[in-house]
Amino acid sequence: MFGVLAALLPATLYGFYLFGWPAINLFCVTVLACLLGEALGLWMNGRPLREYLGDGSALLTGWLLALSLPPWAPWWIGLIGGLFAIIVGKQIFGGLGQNVFNPAMLARIALLVSFPVEMTLWLEPHYLFSAHAPGFMDGLAITFSGLTEPDSISGASILGHIKTELSRDHTLGQALEGFYSPFSAGMGSMPGSLGETSALLLTAGGAWLLKKRYITWHIPLSMLATVVLLAGVFYLVDSDHYASPMVHLVSGGLILGAFFIATDPVTSPTTKEGQILFGAGCGLLVYVIRTWGGYPEGVAFAVVLMNSLTPVIDHYLRPRVYGRSRSGQPLPIKRPRNEKS
Amino acid sequence: MKLFGFRGGVHPPTHKELSAANPIERLPMPERLYIPLQQHVGAPAVALVEVGQHVLKGAVIGHSQGKVSAPVHASTSGVVEAIADVTAAHPSGLPVRAVVLKTDGEDRWPDRAPLPDPFTLAPEDVARQVGDAGIVGLGGACFPSAVKLDLARRRGVETVLVNGAECEPYLTSDDRLMRERAEEIIDGVLLLRHATQAKRVLVVVEDNKPEAIEALTAASEGDTVVTIVKVPTRYPMGSDKQMIQSVMGMEVPAGARSPDTGVVVYNVGTSYAVHRALRFGEPLLNRIVTVSGEAIAKPRNLETPIGTLVSELLAYCGYQPDRAERLLMGGPMMGLPLPNTNVPIVKGLNGVLALTAEEMDDQPSHPCVRCGRCVEACPMGLMPLEVAKRAHNGDIQGAVDYGLKTCMACGSCAYACPAHIPLVQYLEFAKGELAVNQRVEQKAKATRQAAERRQARLEREEQAKAEAAAKRKAEREARKNKKATV
Repeated sequence: MFGVLAALLPATLYGFYLFGWPAINLFCVTVLACLLGEALGLWMNGRPLREYLGDGSALLTGWLLALSLPPWAPWWIGLIGGLFAIIVGKQIFGGLGQNVFNPAMLARIALLVSFPVEMTLWLEPHYLFSAHAPGFMDGLAITFSGLTEPDSISGASILGHIKTELSRDHTLGQALEGFYSPFSAGMGSMPGSLGETSALLLTAGGAWLLKKRYITWHIPLSMLATVVLLAGVFYLVDSDHYASPMVHLVSGGLILGAFFIATDPVTSPTTKEGQILFGAGCGLLVYVIRTWGGYPEGVAFAVVLMNSLTPVIDHYLRPRVYGRSRSGQPLPIKRPRNEKS
Repeated sequence: MKLFGFRGGVHPPTHKELSAANPIERLPMPERLYIPLQQHVGAPAVALVEVGQHVLKGAVIGHSQGKVSAPVHASTSGVVEAIADVTAAHPSGLPVRAVVLKTDGEDRWPDRAPLPDPFTLAPEDVARQVGDAGIVGLGGACFPSAVKLDLARRRGVETVLVNGAECEPYLTSDDRLMRERAEEIIDGVLLLRHATQAKRVLVVVEDNKPEAIEALTAASEGDTVVTIVKVPTRYPMGSDKQMIQSVMGMEVPAGARSPDTGVVVYNVGTSYAVHRALRFGEPLLNRIVTVSGEAIAKPRNLETPIGTLVSELLAYCGYQPDRAERLLMGGPMMGLPLPNTNVPIVKGLNGVLALTAEEMDDQPSHPCVRCGRCVEACPMGLMPLEVAKRAHNGDIQGAVDYGLKTCMACGSCAYACPAHIPLVQYLEFAKGELAVNQRVEQKAKATRQAAERRQARLEREEQAKAEAAAKRKAEREARKNKKATV
């Protein structure tokens, strides 16, 4: 768990820098709410608090949820989300290792459908300590008593912008002109959730996780490859209405989801074959929801939907047992390969 | 030679350096030997000696009975003091019948006639002599070797695989044997080939034993039948199935045995024993046991008479009981805890380990987060977490559906588990439950059948009674009628 947190740290710190004090406040509230929910659940289950709180799993859930929230969302979004993630998403199933759905994504979805206004408030970067960024006290005011004029600072995420512009019958060329540059989007200097914007830092964290063997390549690669492949095909067919693979890669929560969320071992399949299928399914759903769905972004929905298929995947895609065929029948008795000469 | 590898497996620290440099030593003959009559798979041998009888070294003291069995011999000369129960080399600590031999210190053989060249013997005669020598699979399976030779010959196997992998950590008995007695092993290997009439022999050794590979290569130089195969070090390479897969690129089909696929596997120790038996007429009287672990002051590879108590070996090697957390027979991966130290060394026991708490590194287990490391590690292609989950919940049938019976208890899953869940122990528990369930079921069936038979008998008796009564009545009626007509 702590390795995953370490890998998230650069993107998180960048998110703090990008969105300033309100983002830091929201992050703290969300993480504390998760720890509170965990403590409550453990206490009700009669489990030792210190051992389980110290395992880092609730901390990670809170951290991931916070990274997926609009950075200037009010405190109660973090509180409700954190409690929901741990209590409904995890402890009700029996605690660590027992939950079917990724708790952070379940909470994000619950928040999105319950509080659509607060959950879609995107803003342009307000670099920490820069002139137009809120100071510490202003930050507290934004998080704990709400924005006075939300419209004045709000921006649009790339995916949201694309959806809006396409609905106005603009082509993508017109829509993205001056709005999107692959470089700044890749670096992460754009509107978006607290910690999802920097594709670069998230990819670096993911690569480190791969190198350290915290995760394997199967889920991230199949998920990203599926999105790139689908986006590539549609982009080649009609580049006026379908965003390029690069736009898909650097925008929204795709990179965060592929390396840090879909790879959650508890809610993803255990076999390599199953993980590839799972990742590909996540990628497919992300692309479908982004392109034809009602929401501009679909990583959370995609992961949770595929989570529900994990038991099925694990049931059908078992490894082949020694001495048996894939269907479980004993192999035919035949002479060894080396004997043929 | 082209190698194929096998699925899964782990790389536990070998700890072989503790004892690998120490040449094989002979354990001084203990005062008493406790020679169990069952040291093999199959029917126990029947005691042939009486209390008070003097026996010479190599005398048959228990003869084999049944098709799958092996005789037992006196490891040295001495007087039979008792035929009694001793603790079996099994964690159950159940008693096993044994001949207690008070050794006379002379180690005297009977007069032995010179033997003919074994290669002039018919293959079945070689197999018979192997059987008479009480040789069983020394890799630990303890299957009577002669039975396997006959099976292999009848199946017409083409390859004899000789297993010198010794993949269990700590154990170095096979390593030392290969280094020091390579020529004898190769001679035994050729005898095994002769007995099975196979075309070729592959001697398979892990690449962490370069000295053994060198010695075997030198000993087999110029031989066209024997190939020394170096395989990567990976646990459980020494398992028959994984070795066949690695070297031959094929799997033993479920439900079949290796000879069905044209291969038969023998341990290097077994081939050494075959050499001694056919060249010198010596039955299997000794075996090399690695005594190791951090709680042993002087780790050793000891040539030990069968029937020596573990306590004697431990004392000889400087056992420090206060440091030892656990005593094991066999290696740390598949070895079993010793019930106590008054357990006799048997033919299949390759190591005695006294491990400290630091070596055991027992850690409390945490909840499973389904990371899948156990699935990756399982050489049999099982999903240990799923089997263990079902075993844990008492769903034995569910565990069977997930391949419980395929598990060979190699322990790779438990080793790989980052949450320290004792997966293989859960699986072993489920196997035990399965056996109990089957026995209960059998018993219930037998009881039901007995009840049915009783019911049928009662009904028959009832019917017979009724018939007899009807007959008597009919006779009475007939007599009455007769009287009436008269």
